[in-house]
Amino acid sequence: QHGRVKIKTTAQQEEEKRKEREKKLKIYVAARDACFSKRSEGVWDDEALQLTQQLLSSNPDFATLWNYRREILMHLETWSPLFWLTNNAELLFLESCLKVNPKSYGSWHHRGWVSARLPRPDWARELSLCDRCLSLDDRNFHCWDYRRMVVKISGVPVDQELAFTDRLIGSNFSNYSSWHYRSTLLPLLHPESPDAKLYSFLSEYELVQNAFFTDPNDQSAWFYYRWLLGRGTSVCNCVHVLKYFGPFLALTAAQICDLPPGTINDISNEHNLTVHWTEKHTHRDCALYTGRTESWCRDSATDQELFRSELSVEKTSVLQSELQSVNQLQELEPLNKWCLLTIILLMRALDPLGYEKETLAHFQTLKEVDSMRSAYYSDLCSKFMIENTILKMEYAEVRVFSISDKNLTTLCHLDQLLLVTHINLSSNQLQQLPPQFAMLQCLEVLEADNNSIENLEGVYHLPKLEEVLLKNNKISTLADLQPLASCPKLKRLDLRGNPVAQTPNVESELVELLPSVTDLLL
Amino acid sequence: MAAEDLPSEFDVVILGTGLAESVVAAACSRVGQRVLHLDRRSYYAANWASFTFNGLLTWIQQHQEESPPEEVQDWSGQLEEGDELIYLSNSDPASIRNLQVFCYASEEDEEEEADSPGPPDTTEEEEEEAVKETSETESADSKDEERTHQAVHIEGEEPEADQPRPSAAPSQSQPTRKKISYAQLVKEGRRFNIDLVSKVMYSRGSLVDLLIKSNVSRYAEFKNVTRILTYRHGNVEQVPCSRADVFASRQLSVVEKRKLMRFLTSCVEETEEHQAYSGRPYVEFLRDQQLGDNLQHFLLHSIAMVTEDTPTEQGLASTRHFLRCLGRYGNTPFLFPVYGLGEIPQCFCRMSAVFGGIYCLRHSLLCLLLDTPSNSCKAVIDSRGQRISCSHVVLEDGYVPANRKRVALPPRFVSRAILITDSSVLPSESEQQVSVVTVPPIAAGCPAVRMVELSPSTMTCIPGTHLVHLTCQSVGSAYEDLSPVVTRMFHTPESPDRGSRPSVLWCLYFNMADGWGAEPDGHDLPSNVFLCSGPDAALGHDHAIRQAESIFQKILPEEDFCPPAPNPEDIIYDGDNGSSSTAGGLEEREEEREEEREEECEEEKEVLEDASPPAEE
Repeated sequence: QHGRVKIKTTAQQEEEKRKEREKKLKIYVAARDACFSKRSEGVWDDEALQLTQQLLSSNPDFATLWNYRREILMHLETWSPLFWLTNNAELLFLESCLKVNPKSYGSWHHRGWVSARLPRPDWARELSLCDRCLSLDDRNFHCWDYRRMVVKISGVPVDQELAFTDRLIGSNFSNYSSWHYRSTLLPLLHPESPDAKLYSFLSEYELVQNAFFTDPNDQSAWFYYRWLLGRGTSVCNCVHVLKYFGPFLALTAAQICDLPPGTINDISNEHNLTVHWTEKHTHRDCALYTGRTESWCRDSATDQELFRSELSVEKTSVLQSELQSVNQLQELEPLNKWCLLTIILLMRALDPLGYEKETLAHFQTLKEVDSMRSAYYSDLCSKFMIENTILKMEYAEVRVFSISDKNLTTLCHLDQLLLVTHINLSSNQLQQLPPQFAMLQCLEVLEADNNSIENLEGVYHLPKLEEVLLKNNKISTLADLQPLASCPKLKRLDLRGNPVAQTPNVESELVELLPSVTDLLL
Repeated sequence: MAAEDLPSEFDVVILGTGLAESVVAAACSRVGQRVLHLDRRSYYAANWASFTFNGLLTWIQQHQEESPPEEVQDWSGQLEEGDELIYLSNSDPASIRNLQVFCYASEEDEEEEADSPGPPDTTEEEEEEAVKETSETESADSKDEERTHQAVHIEGEEPEADQPRPSAAPSQSQPTRKKISYAQLVKEGRRFNIDLVSKVMYSRGSLVDLLIKSNVSRYAEFKNVTRILTYRHGNVEQVPCSRADVFASRQLSVVEKRKLMRFLTSCVEETEEHQAYSGRPYVEFLRDQQLGDNLQHFLLHSIAMVTEDTPTEQGLASTRHFLRCLGRYGNTPFLFPVYGLGEIPQCFCRMSAVFGGIYCLRHSLLCLLLDTPSNSCKAVIDSRGQRISCSHVVLEDGYVPANRKRVALPPRFVSRAILITDSSVLPSESEQQVSVVTVPPIAAGCPAVRMVELSPSTMTCIPGTHLVHLTCQSVGSAYEDLSPVVTRMFHTPESPDRGSRPSVLWCLYFNMADGWGAEPDGHDLPSNVFLCSGPDAALGHDHAIRQAESIFQKILPEEDFCPPAPNPEDIIYDGDNGSSSTAGGLEEREEEREEEREEECEEEKEVLEDASPPAEE
């Protein structure tokens, strides 16, 4: 058409591009081969340095070449002690490589190597390079890593680094790296008392609240918030010493350990034992009274000490005011899962029993709004319900543990129940009795009607167990009942409403498997 | 004259180099149409132009002179039987009016602020007197044809002479800063790029989309508008609009932050609640969201940028547009072209030139030649008397006699003020902020004013100054509409002294015709003649782009509008054998260019040289 500017056709353009690519490839391959042959000949000269530079600037992820380059540089270094004094070119070259690929392992590593060798490295320049890279991509973890090295070597003051995280969080607060870095800096800056009250003084709460009020769906701020609220240390609080026919054992919450042979040789005297935990620098005393073959002792756990692994309890007033502000957010965002979860944790830290009703309601909402994680919430809720029941039991000092009809999906804290003789788990949603269940060495009666229990793995070697009630569960084969055979005193077993009750000859086979059982309900 | 140099036949003749005309030119050239693009002015971009300080002074002078009566030449000799002539007007006196200039900077360099004599407090009466006097001088002067450039700033000096600048405030805040004098503004005048129109580019608006789609964007550079400000309770405040702003904002409570973020997220999708408010004022809808006064102000005035009586659906649409644009290039929804908005029409002209468009400035059309039976324009006669046949004509509407224009609405005007100030309305760590400031009506019946404050980083003003554009829909004259805002927000001799507001060094008020509502066709004109209206009052460029696209589609209904331009290396120039028509076209254009270059002043030449395709190999 008249006047129309002619444009190369797509085919022409493709052809040109193809030729261009071929030409480039040819040059690249030739240079690579030249490099490899030089290396195998042990040549470390300027020409080789040039070759690696040429190759690496187009492909900075070629680890072998970086290695060769370092060999050459080290070689040249030995020839001229002032080599690095005049060599700024390496850093400039690396900057060009980082422009090709800002996330190149090879380039960042090499830069670290070079910086460490320079007699007078310009750390300010390195920091500003990192700033530039992070402003382009604040999640460039290669750069984060390199920056940490620079900060460490050059000794940047902690408060400056804190200001640096302020800046990054200000420009985009959805950044785990910055928040996390902050959480490592604050304790350095305030080694004396890194606790919740201090951080409230430092207006850390204000900062993080600004973030989660602005965008409550962003999890990075919520995680930092949980860090701020503190982490209590779990306390080992139960000791159980008993005498078997053979060796003496000390049974702790987590493990059973042998007492050295000969520690207790007769039972006619009273023995006082002290058990030390080397890892936790804590110890507990217990006594084995005259004439007894076993001893039970247990810390009196109060709600102030138990189950506080999530949040620290020291600063109740801070937690109380935080609960208020998160509740405020929840009014605005009734369906936000992070908000609900945080409220639950705060409530548990403040008053687990008093807030039980609210907690359950929030769990219900959580399961609805975040159905993908409903099983997780069920488990967490079960855990909290068990904790609450244990707390109540603590006050009553009874050895009966009853937690029926609470929608439990999992069992935990069994270590707190070592002295229980009677456990009632009826009408929950348990699918199994886990191996830890075997810790309940004092158990005599197990009630677990109306669950979905499929196996009895944990009902094993329970020396005092007499009664097992498993009406309306999902035990389907005789093999699932096998563990019961290790409980010598088992007399009564209720299996009504289980698939296994329908199998032919089940009665005779059960008699054979569990000879001690006299009262069998099928 | 080189009249014989112009070919006698084109597909499209375009008169006027405003934005819409330039886009049409680029679009037509791009698909192979032979385009002749003319402007009677000596500069590009018509009322969309940007000027150096001195260029602006000349422009002011031109508009204060009355244009000589048009002598109507008789071109009937060119007529064939059954033909008719439509004479075009060759000046556009109606589009700019009420020019008023004030200069508050000292005439000469001055080391010490304290040198300025006189009491800082002047009475109201005196001020009014001065203003009145100024206007009178104005109207008297504008009749005076002999009026010279000098007169413009003589007039500007009057208020200064009467009321020496108050000296107290600035010397306290910036004791060491040297005051910028008028002499300095003139001396460094070339470093200013002062836009007649004040707009910004929505980062997902039709202009940005078009620049990207057509590859015209490669001819210009852009800066982010860095912040949105608003004037409230006598203070300038930053409007938190992006996520990072909301997070960092110190003036909002956490609950307000949540409410704002939630509102912004929720209004992206249309809901039944939104529909329920349809037809009712947006302000009512906002009130019912229980957002509080702060947020309501921000949302109404600064984010939706609408008035109290705007209906909800329109308010929501503007809010959505704002939000869609947010975050594409930065923390605000807006871009601003480096070197000013006048660059944009020129970029499109340049694209047209690359694809064979022929450009002449100071070259106009005198009349259209009509083929009566078909009611179409078959040729035009240019200002050199040459007859040029063409299939389509696109005209800037100022060239068309008023009696031929269909004017449905009473003509609207835009009030403009251009200020050169010595600092920002909201100083911050960075001196290089580019701000859009919304000023709600300061009293009932007053218009809402939009302000754009440009820093030297946009290459529109010299270091140490800011360039401030104020715009509103005219109620009265520009001075009447805007000076109350200027007096409140800045420091002028008229303003009672209040703290450390920026001082105005120089300012210009004028009214410009509002291009809003003008239609490209439907006038008493041949069916193949289309009108482009001038700039409208809106903040974005959608009106002009829409107009250009609709004109293009009427001219070439089958063609693609501004398809991506190929890379320069993919364009084949087979100039050597000279046999192809393409080469011929380019050569002609080259010659035309040469001629043009001689006529033009230096700056424009640079632009044009850039616009030329690579020289023949």
